[in-house]
Amino acid sequence: MARSTPEVNGGSLADIAFLLLIFFLVTTTMDTDTGITRLLPPEPDPEQEDVEVKVNQRNVLVVLLNRSDLLMVGGEVMDRLALKDKTVEFFTNPLNKQDLPVMEDTEIQFPPGSSSLLPPNGMWTGKVSKGVISLQNDRSTTYGKYLQVQNELVAAVNTLRNDFCRLYFDKEYEELNTANPIEEEIQTGIRKRYKMNISESEPKNIGGRN
Amino acid sequence: MSKFRKKGGKGLQAINTSSLPDIVFMLLFFFMVATTMRETEVQVKVKVPEATEVKKLEKKSLVSYIYIGRPIAHVARMYGTEPLIQLNDKLVSEEGIPYESLQDFVLFEREKLPEADKNKMVMSLRIDENISMGKVDDVKQALRRAKALIINYSARKEYRDQGRQR
Repeated sequence: MARSTPEVNGGSLADIAFLLLIFFLVTTTMDTDTGITRLLPPEPDPEQEDVEVKVNQRNVLVVLLNRSDLLMVGGEVMDRLALKDKTVEFFTNPLNKQDLPVMEDTEIQFPPGSSSLLPPNGMWTGKVSKGVISLQNDRSTTYGKYLQVQNELVAAVNTLRNDFCRLYFDKEYEELNTANPIEEEIQTGIRKRYKMNISESEPKNIGGRN
Repeated sequence: MSKFRKKGGKGLQAINTSSLPDIVFMLLFFFMVATTMRETEVQVKVKVPEATEVKKLEKKSLVSYIYIGRPIAHVARMYGTEPLIQLNDKLVSEEGIPYESLQDFVLFEREKLPEADKNKMVMSLRIDENISMGKVDDVKQALRRAKALIINYSARKEYRDQGRQR
Protein backbone atom coordinates (compact mmCIF):
# COMPACT_ATOMS: atom_id res chain seq x y z
CA MET A 1 0.00 0.00 0.00
CA ALA A 2 1.34 3.33 -1.05
CA ARG A 3 1.81 5.62 1.82
CA SER A 4 0.46 9.11 1.31
CA THR A 5 3.16 11.72 1.33
CA PRO A 6 3.10 13.90 4.40
CA GLU A 7 1.49 17.26 3.77
CA VAL A 8 3.82 20.19 3.26
CA ASN A 9 3.46 22.82 5.92
CA GLY A 10 2.05 25.86 4.19
CA GLY A 11 2.12 28.11 7.18
CA SER A 12 5.12 30.12 6.02
CA LEU A 13 3.79 30.57 2.53
CA ALA A 14 1.98 33.71 3.59
CA ASP A 15 5.17 35.15 5.05
CA ILE A 16 7.07 34.52 1.85
CA ALA A 17 4.34 36.10 -0.25
CA PHE A 18 4.21 39.11 2.05
CA LEU A 19 7.93 39.54 1.69
CA LEU A 20 7.66 39.54 -2.09
CA LEU A 21 4.70 41.88 -1.96
CA ILE A 22 6.55 44.39 0.14
CA PHE A 23 9.58 44.15 -2.14
CA PHE A 24 7.45 45.04 -5.15
CA LEU A 25 5.66 47.79 -3.28
CA VAL A 26 8.96 49.45 -2.51
CA THR A 27 10.79 49.05 -5.80
CA THR A 28 8.06 49.92 -8.27
CA THR A 29 6.10 53.00 -9.12
CA MET A 30 2.53 53.25 -10.16
CA ASP A 31 2.57 56.47 -12.16
CA THR A 32 1.96 56.14 -15.85
CA ASP A 33 3.60 58.70 -18.04
CA THR A 34 1.18 61.15 -19.50
CA GLY A 35 1.85 64.35 -21.35
CA ILE A 36 1.38 66.46 -24.45
CA THR A 37 3.43 65.26 -27.39
CA ARG A 38 4.69 67.92 -29.78
CA LEU A 39 7.06 67.99 -32.68
CA LEU A 40 9.92 70.46 -32.67
CA PRO A 41 10.72 72.14 -35.97
CA PRO A 42 13.95 70.88 -37.52
CA GLU A 43 16.94 73.10 -37.12
CA PRO A 44 17.28 75.54 -40.00
CA ASP A 45 20.07 74.91 -42.43
CA PRO A 46 22.95 77.24 -41.49
CA GLU A 47 23.70 77.93 -45.16
CA GLN A 48 20.16 78.88 -45.84
CA GLU A 49 19.63 82.58 -45.58
CA ASP A 50 17.06 84.00 -43.25
CA VAL A 51 14.14 84.51 -45.55
CA GLU A 52 11.15 86.41 -44.31
CA VAL A 53 8.35 84.10 -45.15
CA LYS A 54 5.53 86.17 -46.44
CA VAL A 55 2.41 85.04 -44.71
CA ASN A 56 -0.81 86.87 -45.10
CA GLN A 57 -1.50 88.81 -41.90
CA ARG A 58 -4.99 87.42 -41.59
CA ASN A 59 -3.66 83.87 -41.59
CA VAL A 60 -1.63 84.34 -38.43
CA LEU A 61 -2.84 84.44 -34.87
CA VAL A 62 -0.12 85.68 -32.57
CA VAL A 63 -0.28 84.27 -29.06
CA LEU A 64 2.07 86.09 -26.72
CA LEU A 65 3.00 85.19 -23.16
CA ASN A 66 5.02 87.92 -21.52
CA ARG A 67 7.33 87.80 -18.55
CA SER A 68 4.53 88.43 -16.08
CA ASP A 69 2.60 85.51 -17.57
CA LEU A 70 0.02 87.77 -19.18
CA LEU A 71 -1.58 86.39 -22.29
CA MET A 72 -2.16 88.42 -25.40
CA VAL A 73 -3.97 86.91 -28.35
CA GLY A 74 -4.18 88.70 -31.67
CA GLY A 75 -3.48 92.06 -30.07
CA GLU A 76 -5.82 91.87 -27.10
CA VAL A 77 -5.26 90.72 -23.53
CA MET A 78 -7.17 87.54 -22.93
CA ASP A 79 -7.97 85.09 -20.19
CA ARG A 80 -6.54 81.62 -20.68
CA LEU A 81 -9.96 79.99 -20.64
CA ALA A 82 -11.20 82.10 -23.55
CA LEU A 83 -8.27 81.05 -25.73
CA LYS A 84 -9.78 77.74 -26.78
CA ASP A 85 -12.92 79.28 -28.26
CA LYS A 86 -10.86 81.95 -29.93
CA THR A 87 -8.66 79.29 -31.51
CA VAL A 88 -11.64 77.28 -32.70
CA GLU A 89 -13.10 80.39 -34.31
CA PHE A 90 -9.73 81.16 -35.88
CA PHE A 91 -9.42 77.72 -37.44
CA THR A 92 -13.00 77.49 -38.72
CA ASN A 93 -13.85 81.09 -39.64
CA PRO A 94 -17.57 80.30 -39.52
CA LEU A 95 -18.79 83.73 -40.62
CA ASN A 96 -16.22 84.06 -43.38
CA LYS A 97 -14.78 87.21 -41.86
CA GLN A 98 -12.12 89.16 -43.69
CA ASP A 99 -9.73 89.28 -40.73
CA LEU A 100 -9.79 85.52 -40.11
CA PRO A 101 -7.78 83.00 -42.17
CA VAL A 102 -8.40 82.21 -45.80
CA MET A 103 -10.31 79.00 -46.33
CA GLU A 104 -8.93 76.99 -49.19
CA ASP A 105 -10.89 74.48 -51.25
CA THR A 106 -9.35 71.10 -50.64
CA GLU A 107 -10.01 67.49 -51.46
CA ILE A 108 -9.16 64.86 -48.88
CA GLN A 109 -9.26 61.16 -49.56
CA PHE A 110 -10.98 59.01 -46.96
CA PRO A 111 -11.39 55.24 -47.25
CA PRO A 112 -14.18 54.54 -49.78
CA GLY A 113 -17.47 53.64 -48.20
CA SER A 114 -16.35 54.52 -44.71
CA SER A 115 -19.01 57.15 -44.14
CA SER A 116 -22.55 57.67 -45.37
CA LEU A 117 -21.94 61.42 -45.51
CA LEU A 118 -19.17 61.05 -48.07
CA PRO A 119 -19.54 60.11 -51.75
CA PRO A 120 -18.88 56.41 -52.47
CA ASN A 121 -15.28 57.05 -53.50
CA GLY A 122 -14.57 58.61 -50.09
CA MET A 123 -13.45 61.97 -51.40
CA TRP A 124 -14.20 64.82 -49.03
CA THR A 125 -14.37 68.28 -50.56
CA GLY A 126 -14.53 71.42 -48.50
CA LYS A 127 -12.66 74.38 -47.18
CA VAL A 128 -9.54 73.95 -45.08
CA SER A 129 -8.12 76.81 -43.06
CA LYS A 130 -4.72 78.23 -43.95
CA GLY A 131 -4.37 79.64 -40.44
CA VAL A 132 -1.19 79.36 -38.41
CA ILE A 133 -0.86 80.08 -34.73
CA SER A 134 2.38 81.68 -33.71
CA LEU A 135 3.17 81.03 -30.08
CA GLN A 136 5.77 83.29 -28.53
CA ASN A 137 7.04 83.43 -25.01
CA ASP A 138 9.56 85.34 -22.96
CA ARG A 139 12.53 83.77 -21.24
CA SER A 140 10.97 84.64 -17.90
CA THR A 141 7.57 83.13 -18.61
CA THR A 142 6.88 80.32 -16.19
CA TYR A 143 6.74 76.89 -17.75
CA GLY A 144 3.46 76.01 -16.08
CA LYS A 145 1.69 78.92 -17.76
CA TYR A 146 3.29 78.13 -21.09
CA LEU A 147 2.07 74.57 -20.98
CA GLN A 148 -1.43 75.69 -20.06
CA VAL A 149 -1.51 77.80 -23.20
CA GLN A 150 -0.14 74.93 -25.30
CA ASN A 151 -2.83 72.78 -23.77
CA GLU A 152 -5.61 75.17 -24.78
CA LEU A 153 -4.35 75.30 -28.36
CA VAL A 154 -4.10 71.53 -28.59
CA ALA A 155 -7.53 71.24 -26.97
CA ALA A 156 -9.05 73.48 -29.63
CA VAL A 157 -7.69 71.39 -32.50
CA ASN A 158 -8.62 68.17 -30.76
CA THR A 159 -12.20 69.38 -30.31
CA LEU A 160 -12.49 70.24 -33.99
CA ARG A 161 -11.07 66.89 -35.05
CA ASN A 162 -13.30 65.07 -32.63
CA ASP A 163 -16.42 66.85 -33.88
CA PHE A 164 -15.54 66.01 -37.47
CA CYS A 165 -14.84 62.38 -36.61
CA ARG A 166 -18.09 62.05 -34.68
CA LEU A 167 -20.13 63.62 -37.47
CA TYR A 168 -18.71 61.54 -40.31
CA PHE A 169 -17.59 58.30 -38.73
CA ASP A 170 -19.66 58.18 -35.54
CA LYS A 171 -16.56 57.65 -33.47
CA GLU A 172 -14.33 59.53 -31.06
CA TYR A 173 -11.14 60.76 -32.70
CA GLU A 174 -9.20 59.53 -29.70
CA GLU A 175 -10.52 56.02 -30.14
CA LEU A 176 -9.34 55.57 -33.73
CA ASN A 177 -7.13 52.53 -33.76
CA THR A 178 -4.02 53.20 -35.82
CA ALA A 179 -3.27 49.49 -36.09
CA ASN A 180 -6.29 49.21 -38.35
CA PRO A 181 -5.35 50.52 -41.85
CA ILE A 182 -8.81 51.95 -42.55
CA GLU A 183 -8.97 53.84 -39.29
CA GLU A 184 -5.41 54.99 -39.77
CA GLU A 185 -6.38 56.46 -43.13
CA ILE A 186 -9.30 58.19 -41.45
CA GLN A 187 -6.95 59.64 -38.87
CA THR A 188 -4.54 60.88 -41.52
CA GLY A 189 -7.44 62.45 -43.37
CA ILE A 190 -8.74 64.24 -40.31
CA ARG A 191 -5.26 65.49 -39.56
CA LYS A 192 -5.27 67.09 -42.98
CA ARG A 193 -8.74 68.50 -42.41
CA TYR A 194 -7.68 70.25 -39.21
CA LYS A 195 -3.95 70.78 -39.13
CA MET A 196 -2.12 71.35 -35.88
CA ASN A 197 -0.53 74.52 -37.18
CA ILE A 198 1.18 75.83 -34.10
CA SER A 199 4.52 77.41 -34.76
CA GLU A 200 6.96 78.39 -32.09
CA SER A 201 9.28 81.19 -32.93
CA GLU A 202 12.94 81.24 -32.12
CA PRO A 203 13.30 82.25 -28.47
CA LYS A 204 13.69 85.92 -27.82
CA ASN A 205 12.95 88.52 -25.24
CA ILE A 206 9.48 89.85 -25.61
CA GLY A 207 9.58 91.87 -22.48
CA GLY A 208 6.63 93.31 -20.71
CA ARG A 209 6.41 95.25 -17.52
CA ASN A 210 8.49 94.13 -14.61
CA MET B 1 -21.76 13.98 29.22
CA SER B 2 -18.81 13.16 27.05
CA LYS B 3 -16.00 11.24 28.44
CA PHE B 4 -13.26 13.32 26.88
CA ARG B 5 -13.35 17.01 27.34
CA LYS B 6 -11.04 19.25 25.46
CA LYS B 7 -8.54 21.09 27.49
CA GLY B 8 -9.07 24.84 27.60
CA GLY B 9 -12.14 24.61 25.44
CA LYS B 10 -13.18 28.06 26.52
CA GLY B 11 -10.50 29.89 24.39
CA LEU B 12 -11.32 31.39 21.02
CA GLN B 13 -11.11 29.15 18.04
CA ALA B 14 -8.11 29.85 15.82
CA ILE B 15 -8.97 31.62 12.55
CA ASN B 16 -8.36 29.51 9.51
CA THR B 17 -5.47 31.14 7.69
CA SER B 18 -5.02 28.64 4.93
CA SER B 19 -6.36 31.10 2.31
CA LEU B 20 -4.07 33.92 3.45
CA PRO B 21 -1.28 33.01 1.01
CA ASP B 22 -3.79 33.05 -1.82
CA ILE B 23 -4.96 36.53 -0.89
CA VAL B 24 -1.45 37.86 -0.57
CA PHE B 25 -0.39 36.28 -3.85
CA MET B 26 -3.33 37.94 -5.51
CA LEU B 27 -2.21 41.30 -4.17
CA LEU B 28 1.33 40.54 -5.23
CA PHE B 29 0.31 39.76 -8.80
CA PHE B 30 -1.81 42.89 -8.93
CA PHE B 31 1.14 45.05 -7.99
CA MET B 32 3.50 43.21 -10.31
CA VAL B 33 1.21 43.88 -13.24
CA ALA B 34 0.07 47.39 -12.40
CA THR B 35 3.40 48.95 -11.54
CA THR B 36 6.69 49.54 -13.25
CA MET B 37 10.21 49.32 -11.90
CA ARG B 38 11.63 52.49 -10.47
CA GLU B 39 14.63 53.09 -12.66
CA THR B 40 16.03 56.43 -11.79
CA GLU B 41 16.42 58.39 -8.66
CA VAL B 42 15.20 61.88 -9.39
CA GLN B 43 17.47 64.40 -7.77
CA VAL B 44 15.50 67.49 -8.65
CA LYS B 45 12.10 68.49 -7.41
CA VAL B 46 9.61 68.24 -10.25
CA LYS B 47 5.94 69.02 -9.96
CA VAL B 48 4.67 68.75 -13.50
CA PRO B 49 1.82 71.04 -14.54
CA GLU B 50 -1.73 69.93 -15.14
CA ALA B 51 -3.32 69.71 -18.57
CA THR B 52 -6.51 68.32 -20.03
CA GLU B 53 -5.21 67.05 -23.35
CA VAL B 54 -2.66 64.58 -22.04
CA LYS B 55 -2.09 61.22 -23.63
CA LYS B 56 -0.31 58.17 -22.37
CA LEU B 57 3.22 57.57 -23.58
CA GLU B 58 2.98 54.31 -25.39
CA LYS B 59 6.36 52.71 -25.82
CA LYS B 60 8.49 53.07 -22.73
CA SER B 61 11.60 51.80 -24.48
CA LEU B 62 11.62 54.78 -26.85
CA VAL B 63 11.42 57.33 -24.08
CA SER B 64 14.29 59.18 -22.46
CA TYR B 65 13.71 61.57 -19.64
CA ILE B 66 14.92 65.09 -19.08
CA TYR B 67 14.14 66.54 -15.69
CA ILE B 68 14.40 70.23 -14.90
CA GLY B 69 13.80 71.53 -11.42
CA ARG B 70 15.37 72.80 -8.25
CA PRO B 71 17.60 70.23 -6.54
CA ILE B 72 16.31 68.28 -3.55
CA ALA B 73 17.75 69.09 -0.14
CA HIS B 74 20.87 66.92 0.00
CA VAL B 75 21.81 67.71 -3.60
CA ALA B 76 21.26 71.41 -2.99
CA ARG B 77 23.98 71.31 -0.34
CA MET B 78 26.47 70.51 -3.11
CA TYR B 79 25.10 72.35 -6.11
CA GLY B 80 23.10 75.24 -4.69
CA THR B 81 19.43 75.86 -5.19
CA GLU B 82 19.43 77.09 -8.80
CA PRO B 83 17.40 74.93 -11.22
CA LEU B 84 19.34 71.97 -12.56
CA ILE B 85 18.91 69.55 -15.43
CA GLN B 86 18.92 65.81 -14.96
CA LEU B 87 19.24 63.48 -17.94
CA ASN B 88 17.74 60.07 -17.12
CA ASP B 89 19.72 59.39 -13.96
CA LYS B 90 22.64 61.73 -14.45
CA LEU B 91 22.61 65.17 -12.92
CA VAL B 92 24.17 67.87 -15.07
CA SER B 93 26.11 70.03 -12.70
CA GLU B 94 27.65 72.50 -15.10
CA GLU B 95 26.56 76.11 -15.19
CA GLY B 96 24.60 77.61 -18.01
CA ILE B 97 23.38 75.68 -21.02
CA PRO B 98 24.61 72.10 -21.20
CA TYR B 99 24.56 71.85 -24.99
CA GLU B 100 27.41 69.35 -24.98
CA SER B 101 25.87 67.10 -22.36
CA LEU B 102 22.51 67.14 -24.09
CA GLN B 103 24.07 66.33 -27.43
CA ASP B 104 25.99 63.41 -25.96
CA PHE B 105 22.92 62.26 -24.11
CA VAL B 106 20.80 62.20 -27.27
CA LEU B 107 23.49 60.35 -29.20
CA PHE B 108 23.93 57.83 -26.40
CA GLU B 109 20.20 57.19 -26.05
CA ARG B 110 19.73 56.90 -29.80
CA GLU B 111 22.53 54.36 -29.98
CA LYS B 112 20.62 52.11 -27.58
CA LEU B 113 17.57 51.87 -29.84
CA PRO B 114 17.18 49.34 -32.64
CA GLU B 115 17.79 50.67 -36.14
CA ALA B 116 14.11 50.87 -37.06
CA ASP B 117 13.19 52.96 -34.03
CA LYS B 118 16.04 55.44 -34.13
CA ASN B 119 13.91 58.24 -35.51
CA LYS B 120 11.03 57.52 -33.16
CA MET B 121 12.90 58.47 -30.03
CA VAL B 122 10.78 60.48 -27.63
CA MET B 123 12.21 62.97 -25.18
CA SER B 124 9.97 63.30 -22.19
CA LEU B 125 10.43 66.70 -20.59
CA ARG B 126 9.53 66.49 -16.96
CA ILE B 127 9.77 70.10 -15.95
CA ASP B 128 8.65 71.76 -12.76
CA GLU B 129 5.83 74.21 -13.38
CA ASN B 130 7.67 77.10 -11.74
CA ILE B 131 10.79 76.94 -13.91
CA SER B 132 11.20 79.88 -16.23
CA MET B 133 10.98 79.25 -19.97
CA GLY B 134 14.53 80.46 -20.62
CA LYS B 135 15.98 77.18 -19.45
CA VAL B 136 13.31 75.20 -21.28
CA ASP B 137 13.94 77.09 -24.52
CA ASP B 138 17.65 76.37 -24.24
CA VAL B 139 16.98 72.67 -23.86
CA LYS B 140 14.55 72.71 -26.76
CA GLN B 141 17.13 74.44 -28.96
CA ALA B 142 19.71 71.85 -27.97
CA LEU B 143 17.31 69.04 -28.80
CA ARG B 144 16.62 70.58 -32.19
CA ARG B 145 20.31 70.74 -32.85
CA ALA B 146 20.67 67.08 -31.83
CA LYS B 147 17.73 66.21 -34.09
CA ALA B 148 15.63 64.76 -31.29
CA LEU B 149 12.43 66.36 -32.45
CA ILE B 150 9.67 64.35 -30.81
CA ILE B 151 9.16 65.77 -27.36
CA ASN B 152 6.56 65.18 -24.74
CA TYR B 153 5.72 67.80 -22.17
CA SER B 154 4.98 65.68 -19.16
CA ALA B 155 1.76 66.69 -17.43
CA ARG B 156 -0.80 65.33 -15.06
CA LYS B 157 -4.34 64.75 -16.21
CA GLU B 158 -6.58 67.59 -15.20
CA TYR B 159 -10.30 67.01 -14.99
CA ARG B 160 -12.29 70.11 -15.71
CA ASP B 161 -15.95 70.46 -14.97
CA GLN B 162 -18.03 70.90 -18.07
CA GLY B 163 -19.18 74.39 -17.14
CA ARG B 164 -15.74 75.88 -17.26
CA GLN B 165 -14.67 74.10 -20.37
CA ARG B 166 -17.03 75.74 -22.81
